[in-house]
Amino acid sequence: MFGQANVLAAGQAAFPPTVEDFYLPSILPWGAHDSYWFTKITAMVWIAVGVLIIFFLATYRKPQLVPTKKQWLAESIYGFVRNNIAVDMIGHAGVRFAPYFTTLFCFVLLTNAFAIIPFFQISPNSHIAFPAILAIISYVLFNYIGIRHHGFVKYFKNSLIPPAPWYILPLLIPIELFSTFIVRPFSLAVRLFANMFAGHMLLLVFTLGGFAMLSANAWLAPVSVLSWVMTIALTFLEFLVICLQAYVFTVLTASYVQGALADEH
Amino acid sequence: MYFLAAEGGESTHNPIIPLWQEIVVGSVAFAVLCFVLMKFVFPRMEQTFQARVDAIEGGIKRAEAAQAEANQLLEQYRAQLAEARTDAAKIRDDARADAEGIRQDILAKAREESDRVIQAGKDALAAERATIVRELRAEVGTIAVDLASKIVGESLADEARRKGTVDRFLSGLESTGAR
Repeated sequence: MFGQANVLAAGQAAFPPTVEDFYLPSILPWGAHDSYWFTKITAMVWIAVGVLIIFFLATYRKPQLVPTKKQWLAESIYGFVRNNIAVDMIGHAGVRFAPYFTTLFCFVLLTNAFAIIPFFQISPNSHIAFPAILAIISYVLFNYIGIRHHGFVKYFKNSLIPPAPWYILPLLIPIELFSTFIVRPFSLAVRLFANMFAGHMLLLVFTLGGFAMLSANAWLAPVSVLSWVMTIALTFLEFLVICLQAYVFTVLTASYVQGALADEH
Repeated sequence: MYFLAAEGGESTHNPIIPLWQEIVVGSVAFAVLCFVLMKFVFPRMEQTFQARVDAIEGGIKRAEAAQAEANQLLEQYRAQLAEARTDAAKIRDDARADAEGIRQDILAKAREESDRVIQAGKDALAAERATIVRELRAEVGTIAVDLASKIVGESLADEARRKGTVDRFLSGLESTGAR
């Protein structure tokens, strides 16, 4: 990372940034470009998992009726997802999904947050593999729950055949099939991935752009400064996107589960 | 970054094709996270929430029970107070009645006593009178007989005693007197 800063200061960084900037060399073996088992990205995923596990286990080791500050914090996170997402979207039956939704929300939020935390500064979710895993879990989850709740035939009947006149059904059924069973996992995964990818790319553009202009012509220094100020402003925007995307991912998963449980279309 | 990438000579990446290694790592990591949090943390949070609800509801119930008990006690005290008041009134009435009774008793006894004293006096008087009459009668008889004897010149005492003349005469006298 300090090497990175030296590169930037020396004006050697390439501008504009490319997709290759998202694929950092591997840590173990050091510097390899075709090994993905232990990279900065996977390390961050493990750090996120470790931090969350340690945080929740430490704060909830000895729960008390009158909570301590840390316990209150952990309970607020769970309570937020439980009451404002699970129960709001699904109703009382949503409580049993609250643990998964909270885990999902915390994981996405923290891995997203790496995008603006100093020295991490890239989100694992800007690699589509991680959003894809979460989207597949959501997809399997809502279909499994729907089939278990309604039975196989009734679930697909409910999902595919909207209450509409028969002559419009030939048009609606393919649309429903496409939107519910094909597009959903892709839209979930791509929405999160694209947001984090674009956010990182924007920050790269403005940061590297500042250096590029500075090294091109010293008279452009004020514009470089403006570019870096924009980076700071965009970091705030990125913060908003981070929280919003974690929330949206969880809410959409809850909404799909709710749709699978619903009796009417 | 750039020069490292250039050194590696790596082929270009396609950002929407997931790396299978990352899928494996991500799945394992997320599975571990889910396992720990969903098994050890969130169920305990639900339990704590439930315990908290129970504690609050239990507190309300206890407060309600205490309130009910207090109300019941208040009612009881009120009833007891009213009872005590009626008792007191009754005792006062009784006392008044007793006092009246005692007064009447005392009066009656006094009256009786006075009557008795008067009666005793009357009886004593009557007895005295009877004694005096009896004595007088005897004396009058004796005196009359003695007088008659002196007049006649011989003792008529035995004769008179024998025949009860004097008594008869006196009785006749009495009865005429009474009439």
